Parts: sequence; C-alpha cells; structure tokens
Amino acid sequence: MGDALVRIAAVGKSFGTTRVLDGVDLDVNRGEVVTIIGPSGSGKTTLLRCVNALETYDEGSVRIDGVEVGFRDDRRRPRRDRDLSRIRAATGMVFQLFYLFPHLTAAENVMLGLRRVRRMTKQAARERALHWLDRVGLADRAGNLPSQLSGGQQQRVGIARAVAMDPKVLLLDEITSALDPELVGEVLAVVRSLADEGMTMLVVTHEMQFAREVSDRVAFMDAGRIVVQGDPETVLRSPRSERLRAFMSRVSHVSSPGVG
Amino acid sequence: MSSLEILLRALPSLWSGLVVTLEVSALSVGCALVAGLLFGTALLYGPLPLRLPVRTVVDVVRGIPVLVLIFFVYYVGPAAGLDLGSFAAAVLALSLFSACQVAEITRGAVASVHHGQMEAARAIGLTFRQRLLWVIFPQATRRFLPPWINGVTDTVKGSALVSLVGIVDLMLAIQQVIGRTYRPMPFYIVGAIIYILINYSLSSASRHLEARFAYVRD
Repeated sequence: MGDALVRIAAVGKSFGTTRVLDGVDLDVNRGEVVTIIGPSGSGKTTLLRCVNALETYDEGSVRIDGVEVGFRDDRRRPRRDRDLSRIRAATGMVFQLFYLFPHLTAAENVMLGLRRVRRMTKQAARERALHWLDRVGLADRAGNLPSQLSGGQQQRVGIARAVAMDPKVLLLDEITSALDPELVGEVLAVVRSLADEGMTMLVVTHEMQFAREVSDRVAFMDAGRIVVQGDPETVLRSPRSERLRAFMSRVSHVSSPGVG
Repeated sequence: MSSLEILLRALPSLWSGLVVTLEVSALSVGCALVAGLLFGTALLYGPLPLRLPVRTVVDVVRGIPVLVLIFFVYYVGPAAGLDLGSFAAAVLALSLFSACQVAEITRGAVASVHHGQMEAARAIGLTFRQRLLWVIFPQATRRFLPPWINGVTDTVKGSALVSLVGIVDLMLAIQQVIGRTYRPMPFYIVGAIIYILINYSLSSASRHLEARFAYVRD
C-alpha cells in the first residue's frame, strides 16, 4: 500500500477518562472507497472527524497526501485556524444532518466555498455549482432554499457542496441515517456514481448492503479500535470476530434501511 | 399670545433640540453596534484573557444606571485625564451602556445558530472570519434584530438624560421653552409625541426587517 492518500497511524484520543480512539491504523488509497462500520459509540464518527480536523487527536498521526492534519510541527503544536482551513479544503464532508446553510439557496450553498475558499469568480462558481447540482439531479432546484427541499434533496445538495470543492477525499458521516427510508436510495445512487468515477471516500454507514456493494474495503470498529478490516465479502459474509458477528446479527434484524 | 403662536415660536428651539437628540442617538447606536459586536464575539470565541475582562466590563456596566454612567464619564473622566467635553462624554457613556446590551444580544443570537452550521463552514475550509461573516452572522441576524431595535429605542429614550450634563437636546430644549412660556403641559406632551414617533417608526422598521429575515422555519 504505497499509494495511501489518507494514512491514519496509531491514532488515540480520550474524552476525559473515556478512550474513544485506541490506536487506530487505517489507510485509504487513491480512488478507494473504505467503509467503517460498528456499533454506536465505537468511535467511527470521531475517527472520520479527525481526518478533517473537526476533532483533535491526542496520539498518532493522520496524514493526507503526506501532510499531517492535526499538528503543525514535530513538537505536535496544534495548527492555527488558517492552516486548518487550507487542510480542510482538501477534504469534503457530508453530514448526517446535512447542515446546509439555511439562508442560502442550493446553488449558493455550493458556491460559498468556491467563492471564498477557491476564490473563483461569481460566474465561474455559479457554473460549477450548477454543474454539480445537475450531477446530483437537482438542476431545477438551484434557486430553492434548503427549507423548500426534501431531506433526500438536501443531502444531495450537501454532497454537491462537498464534491464541487474538488476534494482529495470525501468523508461521509452516516449520510442516510436521518432520511426517510424511501429517500435513502436517491442519495446512495449519487454516492455510487461518485465511487464509479474513482472518488476516494471514507464512509461511516449503517447501510450494510451499500457497504458491501460500494466498498473496496470494510473496517469494523469496536471500542475505539479497528477489530477487522478487509474486502467486504470476507468481512461481512464470514465474520470471524465474535464482536463483529454479534454486531452483524443485530443490524440484520433491522428491517428498515434508514435506521441509524 | 395664543397657544398656537407660542408653539410656533418655540418650533426652532424644539427643532434644534431634536437634531441634537438624533445626533446623540445615532452616534451612540452606531458606536454601540460596532463595539457590541466585537464584545459579543469576544465573549463567544475570545481566549480567556480577553473574555474575562470583557465579561467584567459588560456585567459592571449593565449593573449601573445610565444616568450614573453619564455622570461618571463626565465628572470622573477629567480627573482620570479624560476630558472630553459634555457631548463626547455623554455619547461615550451612552455608547458603552448600549454596547454592553448589544454584546449580550449578539451572544444570544449567535448561540441560537445550530452548532452544525459552524462545522459545515469549517468543513468547506472557510476561515474563522469567513465563517462568522458568511454563515453565522447572517443567520444570527434574525434573532439579533428584535432585541437590538428594542435596545435602540432604549438608547433614544436614554439620550434624554444627556440634558442633565447641559447638552441642549430635545428634552432640555423643551424645558427651556417651558421656562420661557410657563406652559409645561402642552410642551411635555409635544415632547412625548416626538419621542413616540421616533420609536414607533423604529419598531415598525424592525417588523419589516424581521419579515425579510424570516427564511428559516422553526
């Protein structure tokens, strides 16, 4: 694995006395889709948020394209806000609860980062935003405020907002968990098409079927550690770990695909 | 002299008083807005060494009657080497008082914006200032406006107190006219009506603005 785009090595983090990440190693190669599954509280969302510095980590290292995310030097001094902004611009994140900007239209949501971070002209940003809204099937919704869109549509705008920035890696944090079951499909279809085009993704999800279809690799987390990782067939079809088996039997009893 | 004649002859004094009242109010409101936003931002995001003194100033000032604050700046200021003259001292005192109200309003309005908004703004790589300017403040505006306009009307009314350090604002102009004419009743009523007109137009402007910023349903 010489071509790791995201290299997570021995990452540890504690909230007070709780050990949320306990020495996590995980690589994401260029063009690869890696899915993290596991029970709630296992640390998977925290791990994802360490990759774009929404969370800090106490030990270990997270590197994107060789650049340490959380610290600015070997003395492990935390990065300044301006540095972090630059590093975050290299990643795209889609949130469970969308977090669209409610005062901006769909197009303006996508344009904000293009204008202020990528410093594009208004015209160029608009064209790019409309291109991506079209890609997620919302060309006709460009002028709508988030409050005028369904959950699935909002989440697709969320994806367009992240992807339009041309990130090196896309981070998806349980992006279908807050959706009504009938809206999950349209969002996953967009993610699938991005995966087909070779977008590098690190995905936290409860959608086992989706994880199986789209992932190149699945990592099962429990109690702040990656217990098993490997290709989806091996990990999900024949769970060797006792804890993974227990987890799999719990989620397979859940009939609704939208449960998070 | 008929009552109407008396009123007409008093108009120029009342007018220049009104202009002074509007000047004092506008200056105080403007300074208070800038300073209050900075104070409020410091309270929200400032490091402890900044937050602590701002917190102290805000709490102390909010606990003092405006009149005492005006007297304090006017009479104690020169002793501390801050000899501003009555107009500047009064504006400074009023501004400081309103700034501390604005700071609290800002804090509350920003706190009402969902924390996910800050996260999303971070995630696309906006800097701290950009996050405030393009994401947080526009959303906080809706919560900020109603109490802020309320505060503006308080400042306009509070500006009547500057008459007590000898500034000939609307209040003192009225008192001077009464001193000349011995007709307290009609002129106090005229004064009250003028204050009500100013503040009523402010609060109707506020309602229009609120409607304009009502993009989030909650």
